[in-house]
Amino acid sequence: MAETRTAAPGLSTTTRPPTPGDAPRRTGPFVRGRDRVRYAVVMVLLTVLAVGFTAGILAYDNPMPVGSDGFWRIAELRATSVAVILVVAFCHAFATVSFQTATSNRIITPSIMGFEALYVVVQTGAVFVFGASGVAMVTGTTQFLLQAALMVVVATMLYGWLLSGRFGNIHVMLLVGVILGGGLGSLSTFMQRLLTPSEFDILTARLFGNIGNADAAYLPYAVPIALLAGGALWWRARRLDVLALGRDAATNLGLHHQREVIVVLVLVSVLMAMTTSLVGPMTFLGFLVAMLAYQLADTYDHRLLLPMAFLLGYVVLSGAYFVLRHVFYAQGLVTVIIELVGGLTFLVVILRKGRL
Amino acid sequence: MIELVDVTKTYGTETTIGPVTTQIPAGGITALIGPNGAGKSTVLTMIGRLLRPDQGSITVGGHDVSATPSLTIATILSILRQENHFITRLTVRQLVGFGRFPHSRGRLTPECERHISEAIDFLDLTALEHRYLDELSGGQRQRAYVAMVLAQDTDYVLLDEPLNNLDMQHSVQMMRQLRRAADELGRTIVIVLHDINFAARYADLIIAMNEGRITEMGPPAQILTEDILSRVFHTPVRVIEGPDGPLAVYY
Ligand SMILES: Nc1ncnc2c1ncn2[C@@H]1O[C@H](COP(=O)(O)OP(=O)(O)O)[C@@H](O)[C@H]1O
Ligand SMILES: [Mg+2]
Repeated sequence: MAETRTAAPGLSTTTRPPTPGDAPRRTGPFVRGRDRVRYAVVMVLLTVLAVGFTAGILAYDNPMPVGSDGFWRIAELRATSVAVILVVAFCHAFATVSFQTATSNRIITPSIMGFEALYVVVQTGAVFVFGASGVAMVTGTTQFLLQAALMVVVATMLYGWLLSGRFGNIHVMLLVGVILGGGLGSLSTFMQRLLTPSEFDILTARLFGNIGNADAAYLPYAVPIALLAGGALWWRARRLDVLALGRDAATNLGLHHQREVIVVLVLVSVLMAMTTSLVGPMTFLGFLVAMLAYQLADTYDHRLLLPMAFLLGYVVLSGAYFVLRHVFYAQGLVTVIIELVGGLTFLVVILRKGRL
Repeated sequence: MIELVDVTKTYGTETTIGPVTTQIPAGGITALIGPNGAGKSTVLTMIGRLLRPDQGSITVGGHDVSATPSLTIATILSILRQENHFITRLTVRQLVGFGRFPHSRGRLTPECERHISEAIDFLDLTALEHRYLDELSGGQRQRAYVAMVLAQDTDYVLLDEPLNNLDMQHSVQMMRQLRRAADELGRTIVIVLHDINFAARYADLIIAMNEGRITEMGPPAQILTEDILSRVFHTPVRVIEGPDGPLAVYY
C-alpha cells in the first residue's frame, strides 16, 4: 500500500486539532441553541393556551356566582368535556405520530386508513348479527373491553397485512385504505338500516357521541387504557426514532422491523378504539396535529414530538369547543370545523408536495 | 468470513438469483461487479439480512443471519443500500449518530460521540456536520450515509455502489479511506462497484456476477483480462498496462 500508516488505529484522517475555544462536538435532537429555545417557547405558549381554554370551558358564562355550590356543580359537569377532550387529543396525537413513524409516511394516518370505520363496523356487526342480545353486547363495560380487544386484533391483522410491504407502493396502500374506510362506513350504514329502531337507538348512542355528550361511563376505562398504550409508545420512543428511518435502515440498526411495526399497530389500534368509543370518528384531527408538531418541533426525537402533538391536539380541540360552544352556541360544529381545517391542510400538503 | 450456501431468491416467475455458493474471506475489500440486473444488490441485501433468501443459508462471522437476533447482527455487520430516503429531517451528525444505536440504544455515551466525530472526519464532512441532509449535494449525502455505517463500528461493512454521485476526488478519497479501514482496522468490506478499474485498484478479491450467478472470482490480476471482462460485461473490453497495474478500457 502506498498510504502511510498512522500510529493511532483511529478512523480519522482529516481531524483538525481541537482548538481550545471549541465546544465539545455533541449530537442532539436540536442543532442550534435557538431551536431548543423555540421548542420551549412553543410548549409554554401551548400550555398557556391549554390552561386558558380549560378555564374558559369550565367557568365561562357560568350562571351561578363564582365559588358558590352551584358554580362548582356546573363546572364539574363541564369537567367531563375537558376529560373527553384530553383523551381524544392524547389518542389521536400519539396514534397518528406513531403510525406515521411505523409506516415511514407522513401522509397516511390511522383515521385516513379506516381504523375508526373498522371500529364502527365491529360494533354495528355485533348488533346486526346478534340482534337484541347484540344490543346487550355493545352496552356493558365488559363488552366495551371485549369489543376494543376484537377491534385491536382485527386492525392488527388487517393493517399488518396491508403494511407488510406486499403493496410496497404507497399510492396503492393509500387507495386501499381510503376505499376500506369508505367501504366499511357504507357497510355499517347498510347494517344500521336493517336494525329495529330500538337497537338502532342504542347503537347510535354508543357510536356517534360528540364532545358534549360523550358517554362518560367509559371514561374510567378509556383513561387508564389510553395511558397504558400511550405509555408503551413513550417507552419505545427511542426505537420509534429509528423506525422512522424506514425498514432497511431500521433493520440495519438492529430492530426487528416487522415485530416493531406490529407492536406499534396494536398500540395504535388500542388508542383509536378508545377515542372512537368516546366521540366517534374524526378523520383529520390526527393529521393536523402531527403535521403541526413536525413543523414546530423540527426534530426526529419522539420524546419531543409526542408531547407537542398532544398539546397541539388539546389546544385545537378545546379551543374549537370553547369558541363554538360558549361563544357561538354551536357545539355540534366542533368536529365539522376541525375536519374542515384538517382536511384542507391535508389537501394543501399533498398539493404542495406534489406527491404522496 | 461470509459464507453463502445455495442461496436462491426468485422474483416473480422469471427472475431467479442464484443458487449462489461462495465464501468471502474476512479482512480486506471484496468487490462485486457485473452488469445491471446481475443480482449484485440482491445478494448483498440478503447477506445484510434485509432480504430473506427463498433457499440456502448465509453466515457472517459464524452467525446465521436469519437465526441470530437482529440487534446482535447489527453489532457485527452494517449495510448501506443503493437508495436511501428518510422522512425525518436530519443533520449529518444526527444521521451518523443513529449508527451508534446498536451499541447505545439511543443513549449516546462520550464513547459514541467520539466514534461519531471520527466517522464524520473520516469522510471529510467535519465542516458540514450540522447541515441538514436536504441541504447537501448528492455526493455529500452519500458520504454521510457511509459515515453512518462506519460509526456503527462493525467488523463487516456492506456497501451498495457507494461511489454513486461522487466526483473523481471523492471517489478516490472514499476508496482510499475504505482501504485504510480494511488495513488498519481489520474491517471486512464488501462493496458493489460500477467501475471495474476502481475494483482492480482497491479490491483484494473481485466477484463477477451475471444473470444471477457468480461467474468469476479471484484477485484483480486474474479477473482483469480482456476475455473475462468482455464476457462479464457483454461488451468488448481491452486491458492495457497502466501505471498502477492493468486498466480496463471500454469507451
Ligand atoms: N423487488 C424486486 N421485484 C422484482 N424483481 C426485482 C426486484 N429487485 C430486483 N429485481 C430483479 O432482479 C434482478 C437483479 O436485480 P439487482 O440485484 O438489483 O441487480 P444489480 O444490483 O446487479 O443491478 C433484476 O433483473 C431486477 O429486475
Ligand atoms: Mg444494484
